[in-house]
Amino acid sequence: MSNNKPDKGMGFIIGASSVGTLIEWYDFYIFGMLATIISKQFFPEDSGTSALLSTLAIFAAGFIVRPFGALVFGRLGDKIGRKHTFLLTLVLMGGSTFAIGLVPGFKTIGWAAPILVLILRLVQGLALGGEYGGAATYVAEHAPANRRGYWTSWIQTTATLGLFLALGIILLIRQGQGIEKFSSEWGGWRYPFWISLLLVIVSIIIRMKMSESPMFAKVKAEGKTSVNPLKESFGHRANFKMVLLALFGAVMGQGVIWYTGQFYAQSFIENICKVNFSESRNMLLIAILLATPFFVIFGSLSDKIGRKWIMLLGMLLGICTYFPIYKCFIKLTSASNKTAMVDFAKTTKSEPIATIDGKDKKKMLVAVKYDTAYTDGAKFTYTKTDTIHFTADYTGNTTSVGYLLAKKDDPTLSDTFIVKAKTIAGITRPEGITFTKVEKKSAKPGVVIEKSLDNKTFWWMVLLIFVQVVYVTMVYGPMAAFLVELFPTKIRYTSMSLPYHIGNGVFGGLVPFLGTLIVEFTKSEQHPGGDPLAGLWYPIGVAILCVVIGTIYLSNKINTDVMD
Amino acid sequence: MNKLKKSLGILWMLLAPAIILFLFWQAAEKIGKATEATRANVTLQWSIILIIFFPICVGLLIFGYYASKGYYEHLPESSAEITDY
Repeated sequence: MSNNKPDKGMGFIIGASSVGTLIEWYDFYIFGMLATIISKQFFPEDSGTSALLSTLAIFAAGFIVRPFGALVFGRLGDKIGRKHTFLLTLVLMGGSTFAIGLVPGFKTIGWAAPILVLILRLVQGLALGGEYGGAATYVAEHAPANRRGYWTSWIQTTATLGLFLALGIILLIRQGQGIEKFSSEWGGWRYPFWISLLLVIVSIIIRMKMSESPMFAKVKAEGKTSVNPLKESFGHRANFKMVLLALFGAVMGQGVIWYTGQFYAQSFIENICKVNFSESRNMLLIAILLATPFFVIFGSLSDKIGRKWIMLLGMLLGICTYFPIYKCFIKLTSASNKTAMVDFAKTTKSEPIATIDGKDKKKMLVAVKYDTAYTDGAKFTYTKTDTIHFTADYTGNTTSVGYLLAKKDDPTLSDTFIVKAKTIAGITRPEGITFTKVEKKSAKPGVVIEKSLDNKTFWWMVLLIFVQVVYVTMVYGPMAAFLVELFPTKIRYTSMSLPYHIGNGVFGGLVPFLGTLIVEFTKSEQHPGGDPLAGLWYPIGVAILCVVIGTIYLSNKINTDVMD
Repeated sequence: MNKLKKSLGILWMLLAPAIILFLFWQAAEKIGKATEATRANVTLQWSIILIIFFPICVGLLIFGYYASKGYYEHLPESSAEITDY
């Protein structure tokens, strides 16, 4: 019986299943990570239609197509078998990813470019919807009953390792090529898509050597496979009530904890705390690397003490500590908690750049860059920008004009620029600009901040992300075993795939969007920036609901028999 | 515990339409506030959210109904209890 298979055999099964799933996650992530470049190459900014296609590519792939893929491939997996189904999802995912890397940009083929990318992105979402359920089911159906949590937790590491792999490859190519070359039409951003083909070929070769799940093979040999897995999964109350319980009592909470710990944290550090791109990605990579073994630790622990309380504790810890953690992020990266170097030479100001707008010669765009060094070793760069409006077109020959001064020398204060001007015959003229009258000095002042952190703060930030990823491992590590044990073999693939992809794709995937929306609610004239922590109410609210439902309705009993 | 499971079932049943109404209200407000240039895009975003959340809320309603009827008082301990229609 497969339950008595030695661990060496399980090692191959885990490896073969995990590599494929890892590659699927890698494929899915690179699109998101390169979204800005992809958007520029395929979806021109000044087109409304293009913005619609871009939205569809981002939203539809994650929210609609993934659950749909779960239904399509889940049904297939319960009818023809796990092995062939997840081979198919792998081919679809790898093929579409590789093809995205081959699509010429909008400049070359026009509207065909965004339409092709949208179609390929939808295929990616569809394939991802079918992959996880197959891999988790396949591994669980091979694993010994007393170690099911341990073995399936390896599958859980793939989502995180896929992110790690995608991030690592992109950073490596970006650093090797430089940003300009990397972002060009046929630049390095395409390489991660092409690399996918190689990874998929290797994975297909490995997966071809695998045999069908022994439990499914047995069910098939006995002629007991489901005739209509969709109807049996969702059309009969006895099974459907378990699908609903899995979604509302476990997976939706897992989805928000996962996306908050890995994606919202990264977005918060970059957009709210203003930590520079390279440091924020490095923090995430280190935290993920250090926390990944905990997937296996908690998966293994769930074999001994049950799945329920580990998952719910992970959610509860998130509920209780997200606000303190994110407050710490702000505090650690705030200039108000740092002492600027007294030595003025450490705070440098670049030459101001003033250019006349190419389209509107009444507008002058100005920018001044400050590098401020702090006693703890941190360095913050402030780029202050402003627009100055004139009543008549600038008629000079050069685009670099005038000499600008900041109102205050303290670069940490958000002030507006004024033009060093002379008053001649009652008319104020900025120096260097002749025959041009200033109408207003400040139209839309702005400050772009990019922070490079000191060593100590960097590692504190890593620790705080690490803690959040550990919560992810608590809720996600035992999840595959938990889901597999809820449903019978003949409809397992279908039944577990749908709640999983609704929980992760919808509830988790909406964390960044709804988080930003909630922050928007808190904005007012008195507080134009709003409350940056308010976005946490969405994941916390969903997790509270999930903990309440899970605590009251779920059982902690491990179902050792998944053979039926 | 079974009494609590049943009572909370009513709460889940009420929560489901409340979420849908809240989302519709939000969608209407955000689409109304959008500029001409962004309206189509904002409408599309909210349409997708409503389309995907509507069946989820129906699911929550059914979950609440099952809970209020006591269907979660006993969870199946073998697949036979699930597949024996």
